[in-house]
Amino acid sequence: MTNLEKYNKTFTETLGISEDELQGLEYQGISQWDSVGHMGLVSAIEDEFDIMMDTDDIIDFSSYEKGKEILKKYDVEL
Amino acid sequence: MNFENILEIPPYSLNKEDKEKLLNDRLIKLTKFHKENCPEYSRILDSIDFKVDSIKSYKDLPFLPVRLFKELELKSVDKSEIVKTMTSSGTTGQAVSKIFLDRTTSSNQQKAMVKIVSSFTGSSRMPMIIIDCPSVVKNRMMFSARGAGILGFSMFGSKKIYALDDDMKLDVDAMRDFLLKYKGQKILLFGFTFMIWQHFYKELIRLEKEGVKFDLSNGIMIHGGGWKKLVNEAVSPEEFHQRLNNVCGLDSIHDYYGMVEQTGCIYMQCECGHLHASIFSDIITRRPIDFSECDFNEKGIIQVLSTIPESYPGHSLITEDEGIILGEDDCPCGRKGKYFKITGRMKNAELRGCSDTYAAKFK
Ligand SMILES: [Zn+2]
Repeated sequence: MTNLEKYNKTFTETLGISEDELQGLEYQGISQWDSVGHMGLVSAIEDEFDIMMDTDDIIDFSSYEKGKEILKKYDVEL
Repeated sequence: MNFENILEIPPYSLNKEDKEKLLNDRLIKLTKFHKENCPEYSRILDSIDFKVDSIKSYKDLPFLPVRLFKELELKSVDKSEIVKTMTSSGTTGQAVSKIFLDRTTSSNQQKAMVKIVSSFTGSSRMPMIIIDCPSVVKNRMMFSARGAGILGFSMFGSKKIYALDDDMKLDVDAMRDFLLKYKGQKILLFGFTFMIWQHFYKELIRLEKEGVKFDLSNGIMIHGGGWKKLVNEAVSPEEFHQRLNNVCGLDSIHDYYGMVEQTGCIYMQCECGHLHASIFSDIITRRPIDFSECDFNEKGIIQVLSTIPESYPGHSLITEDEGIILGEDDCPCGRKGKYFKITGRMKNAELRGCSDTYAAKFK
């Protein structure tokens, strides 16, 4: 599985959505991605890529696209 | 000054003069904003003939009683902007406060909290034991104060476990495994004061008699929610600390004061046992008789001011708590700003008297 596939999987599995909903998806944009969903998503990503995000990045992680940018800081290339 | 600028300042770095400048600017701006955007708030200001343009100090801003959020749905943004509604804890049948958050306010709450808490815990995230049950964050549409507190603090946890099951029983095996796995690391423990006492401390005492002991000397505990329910148990804050220390070696224990109406701006207890106001907020104690400002070391009703709320007019509130401001800028811990202690809650009769006085002000 490529990193992008893994990244997508964390979203679809944690939030219970399909892949075609990912483009342009924003935090608080759907009911599943609320603050509870957010912490679940962060844990799933951290487990998947074996990283630990800074608190600032957890807060800045405001969209599907933004998450890709943040992951670069942790040397995860998508 | 907008909130982004405030976030760049270390949370306990400003002396009285600089902090007052910051608060005057930001809080007067917020008052104008809410007057323009929340019709109910505007009517309240009109009813007391309050002219925001004539104000020089944030100390002269009007304060809404926290109960008002139980009676009115106050918001300063369009309904479609609301992403989260928080509610105060209340017993069944009691009216609860409803606080409406948009994206900006919700995110600024988290950002302020990160600044405040990390100045106590350090910036790295730690394995975290939440002393509560998982079901408390399950109702996602309506956040209780407990749920909101847990979620807010979850950000500081790397790996997390809930120490209690849904019957509020301590999961001894899960605790043991968790502590073994993260042996030698600093562990964050978070929970509500009463829950910790009732379902954690008391169980540890019982287990000790069975020969089971946990070593939490590496832990840092943050707890809040107040001492009201512990009055019957006659436990003082000092005793709470001492007894926990005796049973599991925990020594770094920080109480905090905060309320759902001003989430994000929590007042953390320092190493000297004092609650501290950060640059994001301030407290003023007032005399019940005429709402004039108390002197330091004089007991009064607590007014809280927060630089965060944009989606609801909650930047200046009068609480139902009583406290004493002990000093400003000179706590031995080195943090600037006011430091204080909470002495209790106002009794109902006083409260009624107090709201009558308050209501009279509105006539
Ligand atoms: Zn201090």
